[in-house]
Amino acid sequence: MALTQDEVLAGIKEIVVEVAGIDAGIIAMDKKFTDDLDVDSLSMVEVVVAAEEKFGVKIPDEEVTKMATVGDAVNFIVNNS
Amino acid sequence: MTISFNQSPQNARILSVGAYRPPRVVQNGEIAPRIDSSDEWIQQRTGIISRHFASPDESLIDMAFKSAEIAIARAGLTFEDIDAVIFATISYPFQAPSAATELLTRLNNSTAAAFDISAACAGFCYGVAIANDMVRSHTAKNVLVVGAEKLSDYTDPDDRATAFIFADGAGSVVIGVSDHVGIGPTVWGSNSQTRDAIVLNPSYLEYKNNPGKLDIGWPNISQQGQTVFRWAVYAVAPIALQALAAAGMEPDQLDAFIPHQANERIIDSLVKSMKLPESVAVARDIRTTGNTSSASIPLAMDALLTERPDLHGKSALLVGFGAGLVYAGQVVELPPIPQKSN
Repeated sequence: MALTQDEVLAGIKEIVVEVAGIDAGIIAMDKKFTDDLDVDSLSMVEVVVAAEEKFGVKIPDEEVTKMATVGDAVNFIVNNS
Repeated sequence: MTISFNQSPQNARILSVGAYRPPRVVQNGEIAPRIDSSDEWIQQRTGIISRHFASPDESLIDMAFKSAEIAIARAGLTFEDIDAVIFATISYPFQAPSAATELLTRLNNSTAAAFDISAACAGFCYGVAIANDMVRSHTAKNVLVVGAEKLSDYTDPDDRATAFIFADGAGSVVIGVSDHVGIGPTVWGSNSQTRDAIVLNPSYLEYKNNPGKLDIGWPNISQQGQTVFRWAVYAVAPIALQALAAAGMEPDQLDAFIPHQANERIIDSLVKSMKLPESVAVARDIRTTGNTSSASIPLAMDALLTERPDLHGKSALLVGFGAGLVYAGQVVELPPIPQKSN
């Protein structure tokens, strides 16, 4: 069964809290990983690998570079799960 | 016809290590302005506080020789006792003859077997694997394994992806006969499909054939940071654990972990991914040495033994990984307290 946007967002929140050590409350679809959430390019790799494991999807490197916001990541996972 | 090989395998170990860092210390503040960066940004991304650059008149072989003479003296040997030299480097500016033979001329040793290997940041571990096999099979008795780089010659100071990472230095070990197993099985291989992730470009031929073209300059290192980070952490961690298992050891039996010093963030993630217990000493020479490719593991080994002399003779997991992409790991017994110290 395909994952819903809410399910993926909840999972991404858990991962970002773990990787970046920030409060879950500030994580939302429109937040930018680099500017708003303190997730730099290397931390982004950790987020992506954790998301791949959690949701059973493959996120290629060229897609990672396009994921500016939490919403970009959530939508990719929803569309590819 | 019958070919005979009447000698049974013998054991090998690392007899000694020697390190050389060029005297010029380069702080982040010197690198940062040309890449529109800052000390804080570089430290946060890499853990690097400072690195060493060789001066223009200090060659790769000058550095290699200084590390080799320390290692040979610490093993209680003379230059003539070395019967094979394996030189791991990607920054020797001659295609031929080899860096290993130039080093031999400095050692006044005109007879040892000598060759270079090109396995980038995995080069030192490749060298340890080959030297171990050579000693085990009586092909050589005392093998000098050198990892040395002058990467400042091949780094673009204006490249925001690499200028703050690469540096210069040399490290050597002597591998010789032992009465017990001092080097475990090597786990090695490659992922050549990701060959483009770290490259020295353009080729010398392209450079030669396009004089004056601004976009075809001197070959410098470039790398795809995210691809390399992902591979280095998530592919290399299982390989390192395989090398540990191949030596018949569990993580809690290990005394030290000396990975290639690529980036402190990679080291942190490897330790986390491998679930290494806190009792394992982790080499973090990257902070004041930068990434010296093939030299980084022997340099980090020497620094760790200086900081923690109690680790002499204890076990360490080495793992090298880099351009290729290639990797190699093995468990070694760290060298004993030197017989002679320089």
